[in-house]
Amino acid sequence: MRLIAAMSGGVDSAVAAALAVEAGHDVTGVHLALSQQRQQLRSGSRGCCSVEDADDARRVAGELGIPFYVWDMADRFAEDVVDDFVAEYAAGRTPNPCLRCNEKIKFAAVLDRAQALGFDAVVTGHHARLADGQLRRSVDAAKDQSYVLGVLTARQLAGAVFPLGSMTKDRVREIAAERGYAVATKPDSHDICFIPDGDTRGFLDRRLGESPGPVVDAATGATVGEHRGTHGFTVGQRKGLGITAGDQRPRYVLGIEPVTRTVTVGTAELTGVDEVRTGAPTWAGPEPTWPLSAQVQLRAHGAAVPCTVTVDEDGGLVVALHETQRGVAPGQSAVLYEPDAERGDRVLGQAAVLRAGARSAV
Amino acid sequence: MTYLDHAATTPMLPEAIAAMAEQLARVGNASSLHASGRTARRTAEQAREQLAEALGARPSEVLFTGGGTESDNLAVKGMFWARREADPRRSRIVVSPAEHHAVLDSVEWLVEHDGAQVTWIDVAGTGEVTAEALARALGDGRDVALTSVMWANNEIGAVSDLTALAAVAHAVGVPIHTDAVQAVGQVPVDVAASGVDALTMTGHKLGGPMGAGVLVLRRDAECTPLLHGGGQERDVRSGTLDVAAITALAVATTTSVTGRVERTARVAALRDRLVAGVVQLVPDVQLNGPALDSVVAGGPGRLPGNAHLSFPGAEGDALLMLLDANGIECSTGSACSAGVARPSHVLVAAGADVDRARSSLRFSLGHTSTGADVDAVLGVIAPVVERARRAGLGRRSA
Repeated sequence: MRLIAAMSGGVDSAVAAALAVEAGHDVTGVHLALSQQRQQLRSGSRGCCSVEDADDARRVAGELGIPFYVWDMADRFAEDVVDDFVAEYAAGRTPNPCLRCNEKIKFAAVLDRAQALGFDAVVTGHHARLADGQLRRSVDAAKDQSYVLGVLTARQLAGAVFPLGSMTKDRVREIAAERGYAVATKPDSHDICFIPDGDTRGFLDRRLGESPGPVVDAATGATVGEHRGTHGFTVGQRKGLGITAGDQRPRYVLGIEPVTRTVTVGTAELTGVDEVRTGAPTWAGPEPTWPLSAQVQLRAHGAAVPCTVTVDEDGGLVVALHETQRGVAPGQSAVLYEPDAERGDRVLGQAAVLRAGARSAV
Repeated sequence: MTYLDHAATTPMLPEAIAAMAEQLARVGNASSLHASGRTARRTAEQAREQLAEALGARPSEVLFTGGGTESDNLAVKGMFWARREADPRRSRIVVSPAEHHAVLDSVEWLVEHDGAQVTWIDVAGTGEVTAEALARALGDGRDVALTSVMWANNEIGAVSDLTALAAVAHAVGVPIHTDAVQAVGQVPVDVAASGVDALTMTGHKLGGPMGAGVLVLRRDAECTPLLHGGGQERDVRSGTLDVAAITALAVATTTSVTGRVERTARVAALRDRLVAGVVQLVPDVQLNGPALDSVVAGGPGRLPGNAHLSFPGAEGDALLMLLDANGIECSTGSACSAGVARPSHVLVAAGADVDRARSSLRFSLGHTSTGADVDAVLGVIAPVVERARRAGLGRRSA
C-alpha cells in the first residue's frame, strides 16, 4: 500500500512508520503543524508540534529513508478542534479534543488529502488493534486508545493502519531503542496539546472571559456559592467548587446550565447514573440490531460497564447501564464495545452524551 | 534525479572542489607569522584579488564571511549602528518587503530591539524595485540610516537596476546595500560601476562551497562589526579565514562570472522551453515575476534560470510532493526552518493574492541543467497538477 505516516515526533508514530516500512509499504512521512504559534522547543511532556518535534520526526524519517513533509493544518485544527473545545465548554459540556482531532483532522482532513494525492491510507502510532475492518482495544490496557478512535466510521477505518495495537508501550520503546532512535526515551505526551501550560481553566478564562453565576445545592435549592464561569466545571467534579456545605459532606457537580450560568451541586448519592441519553451515533462497522447488549465506556481511561442499548425517536441512543456510574459528563463520548477477551474488545460505535442520570430522572 | 532547485543551492564546480581539496590538505592559519601562515595568507589574498576582479571591486573591499545570511546581517545591522552613531537622527531603514529573510528579519530585529523605524518600498507587480519607488520611500533621506534592495529576487527572479537605485540613494546622502546572492554569475554585476556601498554574495549559489561568502564593503562605508576577536577583515569581521573555502569560492566565482554569457544563454533557452511547454500542457498556469524576455538596465530583467509559476486550484506543497515522488526536485519558495510551506511573502509583496501565492512553484535551472530535465517535467506536469487540484478541493478556505 501507499501510506502516509502521520509522525508527531514521538516514539509511537516513529515505530509505527518504521513497522509500516518494514512491512513493505511505500511510506511517506508527514508531520502535522497544528499550532498557529509554533514553539522552537518542547517543554516537558506538554504541548506538541514544536519545531523540535518536527525535527525529531524528520530525523526518524531520514533514518527510514522515506520522504518527509510538514503539512500545515493549523487553521483546520483551530477551527475544528480548538474552537469546538471552547464552544463545548461554553455550552456546559466537557469535550474530548483528542477524539475530535481523530474525527476531523487525522482521519478526515489528512486522510482526504492523502487519498486525493494517491495514497491508500494513513498510518498512525495509536494503541489500538485494527484488522479486517474491526477496531479493538490494544493489548496494553493502560495505553489503549480505542476510546478516542471510537468516533471513526467504517469508511475512515478503511483508510487507517494502526501497527502498534498488538504490542505494549514498553515493547514500542524497545523497538525504537533497538533501531537507535533518540525518541525511544522521549516522555509520553499528556494533557491537551494546545494548552501547553496545562492550565485548562486559565485557557478557557482567556477565551470565554469571566461570567459569574450561582452554585446551587440540588437538595435545598439554596445558593451556596458563586463561580467565575461555568466553563470551570465538569459534571462529577468534587474539588475546587469554592463552597462550604453546612453538613460537611462533600458536594459534586451534578449539572451545568450555561444560559442561567447555574452550577448545581449535590451529595454523592445524587451523582449516580444508570441511564445515558446521547446524540446521533456513528458506527465503526454495520449498525447493530436493537436492543443491543454491549459494554459502554463513558470517559477516556474509564472502565467499561455492561449495558443495554436502544434507540430513541430522535435517532439518539438510550444506554441503560447495568452498574451505576458516577460523574458522567455531557459532551463526553459513550463508546460501545463488544467484549472479546481473546482478540480484544471490539469497538461498535459511539455517540456524544447529551444527559445522564438515574433511570427515572433522565 | 531531475534537480531544478539551483536557486537553493547548485552543484559545486569540479575545479572548485579540486581547489578546495588541495587546500584542505595544507596546514596554516592565515594570521600566523611563520612560513605556513604566510603561505595561507598569500593564498587567501590571491582569492580576494580574484573575487575583487570578478565583482568589480577593490581587494580591500572584499570581506570574507560565513555566507549570505551573515553578510546581510552584517551590512544591515552594522551600517545601521555606524550611521546612527554618527548622527542619532538616522534611525530609519528603507527596505523592500520582497527581500530575503536574512535582510527582512535583521531589519525587524532592529525595529523590535533597537529603536529602528522602517519604511517599506513599493514593489512593482513584477517584483522589481524602481528608482521612483525608492526615491518616494527615502524622502529627503536625512533620517535614513541605510537602504537595502536585492539585486535579483530569489523567488520570482526580478532584477532591479542597482545603478539607478544607488544614484537615487546617494542623491539624498544614504548608503545602499544590495543582496546579490542570486545575481552574481547570472546577470552583469559590477560593484564600482553600480556605485553600491555594500554587496552580499555567497559561494554555494554559483558552484562554490557552502559556508563561504563575501560582503563587499566600500572603503568609505561605515560598518560596526557583529563579530569581535582577532581583527581580521578590516576589523569588521573577526575570525580565522577558511582558506580552503575561500579559494574554492574565488575559483567558482571567477568561472561563473567569466562563463556567464554563454552559460546563461543556454540556461535561459532551457527555461523558456520549460515555461512554454508547461503553458501548453496546463493552459491556465500563471507566470509570476517579470516577462521571460524583459530587460533592465540593458541586461536580463529576470534571472535566466528562474521559472516561477502558479497553478490555480493546486497547492504548492502538494505539487512539490508529487513532483518529488516523480524524481523532480523544485521549491515552493524559500523554505523556512521547520519546513512548513507558507504563502510566498515575495508574491504577496508584489501584489498577488494569497491563493496565487500558495499555488506557486519555483523551478530554478543552473549550470548542470539539460534538455532531459525539461522533458522530465513536461512528462509529468499535467497529471501532477490535476492530482494536486483534486487534493486542493477539500480545502475549506484560503
